[in-house]
Amino acid sequence: MPEPILRTNRLDARYGDFQALYCVDMELGEGEVVAIIGANGAGKTTLMRSVSGLMKNAAEQIVYRGRPIGALRADQVAELGIGLVPEGRQLFPSLSVEENLIIGGRVGRSGPWSLAAIYALFPVLEERRHLPSTSLSGGQQQMVAIGRALMANPDLVMFDEISLGLAPVVIKQIYDALPGIVGEGMSAVVVEQDVTKALSVSSRVYCLQEGRVSLEGCSDTVTREEISRAYFGQ
Amino acid sequence: MSARDNYRVFRATRASRVAAVLGLAVLVLLFAAPWWAGRAELRLLGEIFLYLSLAMLWNLLAGYAGFVSVGQQAYVGLGGYLLFALTIFLGLHPVAAIAAAGLAGALVAMPVALLIFRLRGAYFAIGTWVIAEVFRLGFAQLGALGGGSGISLPVDAARSLAEGRDAREAVSYWLTLGVATAVITIACLFLRSRRGLALTAIRDNELAAGSLGIDIWRTKFLVYVIVGGLTTLVGALIFLQKLRISPEAAFSVNDWTAFVIFIVVIGGIGSLEGPFVGTIVYFLLREMLADLGAAYLIVLGAVAIAVMLVAPKGLWGLVRDSTGLRLFPLGYRTEPKEKKGA
Amino acid sequence: MDWVNAILQGTLLGGLYALFAAGLSLIFGVMRLVNIAHGDLIVLAAYLALTVIMALGIHPLMSLLAVVPVMAVVGYVLQRSILNRTLGDDILPPLLVSFGLSVIIQNALLETYTADPQRLSAGPIEVASLNLGGLAVGYLPFLMFVTAVAIIGGLQIVFYRTGLGRAFRAVSDNQDIAQLMGINRRHVFALAMALSLAVTAVAGIFLGIRTSFDPATGPARLIFGFEAVIIGGMGSLWGTLAGGVILGVSQAIGAQVNPGWQILAGHVAFLVILAVRPRGLFPRMDG
Repeated sequence: MPEPILRTNRLDARYGDFQALYCVDMELGEGEVVAIIGANGAGKTTLMRSVSGLMKNAAEQIVYRGRPIGALRADQVAELGIGLVPEGRQLFPSLSVEENLIIGGRVGRSGPWSLAAIYALFPVLEERRHLPSTSLSGGQQQMVAIGRALMANPDLVMFDEISLGLAPVVIKQIYDALPGIVGEGMSAVVVEQDVTKALSVSSRVYCLQEGRVSLEGCSDTVTREEISRAYFGQ
Repeated sequence: MSARDNYRVFRATRASRVAAVLGLAVLVLLFAAPWWAGRAELRLLGEIFLYLSLAMLWNLLAGYAGFVSVGQQAYVGLGGYLLFALTIFLGLHPVAAIAAAGLAGALVAMPVALLIFRLRGAYFAIGTWVIAEVFRLGFAQLGALGGGSGISLPVDAARSLAEGRDAREAVSYWLTLGVATAVITIACLFLRSRRGLALTAIRDNELAAGSLGIDIWRTKFLVYVIVGGLTTLVGALIFLQKLRISPEAAFSVNDWTAFVIFIVVIGGIGSLEGPFVGTIVYFLLREMLADLGAAYLIVLGAVAIAVMLVAPKGLWGLVRDSTGLRLFPLGYRTEPKEKKGA
Repeated sequence: MDWVNAILQGTLLGGLYALFAAGLSLIFGVMRLVNIAHGDLIVLAAYLALTVIMALGIHPLMSLLAVVPVMAVVGYVLQRSILNRTLGDDILPPLLVSFGLSVIIQNALLETYTADPQRLSAGPIEVASLNLGGLAVGYLPFLMFVTAVAIIGGLQIVFYRTGLGRAFRAVSDNQDIAQLMGINRRHVFALAMALSLAVTAVAGIFLGIRTSFDPATGPARLIFGFEAVIIGGMGSLWGTLAGGVILGVSQAIGAQVNPGWQILAGHVAFLVILAVRPRGLFPRMDG
């Protein structure tokens, strides 16, 4: 098997006295889409924060393209080509829609994504490009957040709870756009509470439970029982 | 079986009992200082007590109530001027004037609090400084109190303290010792009270404390007013020692706030032991570096910055974290009733 | 006519106060840092100018070419080496560390330059004035005011029209997410401090031309700048200019009534505005 693009080695993470992740081993192949599911507080967002560099870890605990990156700062991780669409969008309220996208492209990596490409993917954003990002609907804000991450032309992009708090029709719209995004050869991690959605876009799935990996499997062979056992524990 | 059955809740520790006994012994020794110390030592001790009091009060404000004031010189100066005004114009005995100054300071602190509580964080800090500047410029306009150039305490007022210079020095010294003891006692009792515990809860987590139904605003207002009053009282005493006052000296940000802050930070903010440690370190540094002139203040500033960056809880914080030592029985502690083998 | 003149002179003086305030407003906007040493850094810039002028024999305004970059470097290094380490949720560390810096700068200046008051001599321009229908408008105060407007306009452009400004606003909004955009916040904070102290350098040189200064004059400049920021409303650069003007005019009116009341009148105006409009006149962000 070729070297995976991303690997975590017995990853631990803690907030002060509270340990959020225990010995998490995870792998992501080149061009692969992996789903991470789990209940609230299972450690999914902590895993995203660790990989993206917002939380410090031991260097070897996270390896990207054979390089230990666990101890790097978030801006250094971003330069290497790892993008994150954070939970709850978290756009910059003082920046316009277009400025939010432009700042996403700040790392200056080359690739298929540009303002024009984002506007082609989400035409509604072009119409509103000069508005404050806070004036958009939740779904449009999520489009900006996705576009902002793509503007960096990352090799690996992580989506943290992209459907959370959005209307079903908007969720469908965003999930319809996903294959076009990851089809560009990008590897992706999709964190999702909606298990069906998660399985439909991914080739493999990890389930987290109380900070530990409770299940690892192929998205099309894993059974409902296995998932509910991994989700809630026994 | 409830947790209460399994755990013993207590406040005093062996260390705090030993500290109380030792503290009492030191207090007796210090009370007797006029009989064993020379005039210069007595003055130095008096100054130490006054700085310890200011440090205790600032620590209460910043370390517990979260009000980082850089304008406490407003109250020190106010106290000084009230002492002079009350003795000169009303003929009050200096001790009565000092007490009255404390009360007046608390009254003045109320409208001031209403105004500057509108500012938050660092802007609150500079807001307090503006208030102090207003006081300074205001007193500089009062010709009857010497205007911008200042005034001396009339000889009669100073003499009314006691007969003879030695006796006066001794009374003056006892006043500083008494005030420092009172300030420490009040701080300790306040922090042990319901409101004081509430204050510590607020400091540690304002959101949680708010949801517990603690009236944050009133508690903080109370602390600000008490500290304002006591700082005014200490200020009156400071200028009874100095016998001369001017707007520049009375409202000096360096003398009455910067150094006090350095003392608290170096010693350890947010603990009652911190100001003691800080005061000792401050006076040691000052006596050791007395020949350096202005460079001494550079060293002091650098030490304060270094402590803040390296050990934000100060020297006492280092001691406490490594030994668990606490000399003041403030918070409650618990331990299992039956000691189980380790 | 005296009153009109007082208001005019006060307005022009307000430009200088806005310059004191602009750097303070900038770094508060980007990183919520209130720099207690700001006034002392203004005075430090004035002394640096004095040294440059004495060494090279040049006009004070020419010394800007040397002092502005030096102060910018000082700002960058200060932020990277010390102030960055104090940033966080707790406001105490930055406050105390900048308070310590204030004491250090004051006493270092005292050791280097003594307590004697100094002045930067700008030559004939100091007294030259334009006669506008009976009102004398000094060239120098006018130049200061125009410079203040230009600098604040320039900062406004940097903030809202450049990539650096986008980075400033992004870290101000959300430091974590800004880092995900490849922004090294420590570097961006240091750039903000460099810009702040570059403005401070201009303020310091104008201060030195306008009045005499000594190592202890910093804190009062900090307070004037702070008052202008609060009066104008936090986070608003044009508001800061308005705040400076209001402060300058209040002082001028106070001085017109009684020369001893100049500074006091400014403080009173500040306190009144604080009582009536605690968020200032043109607020953009919460304190």
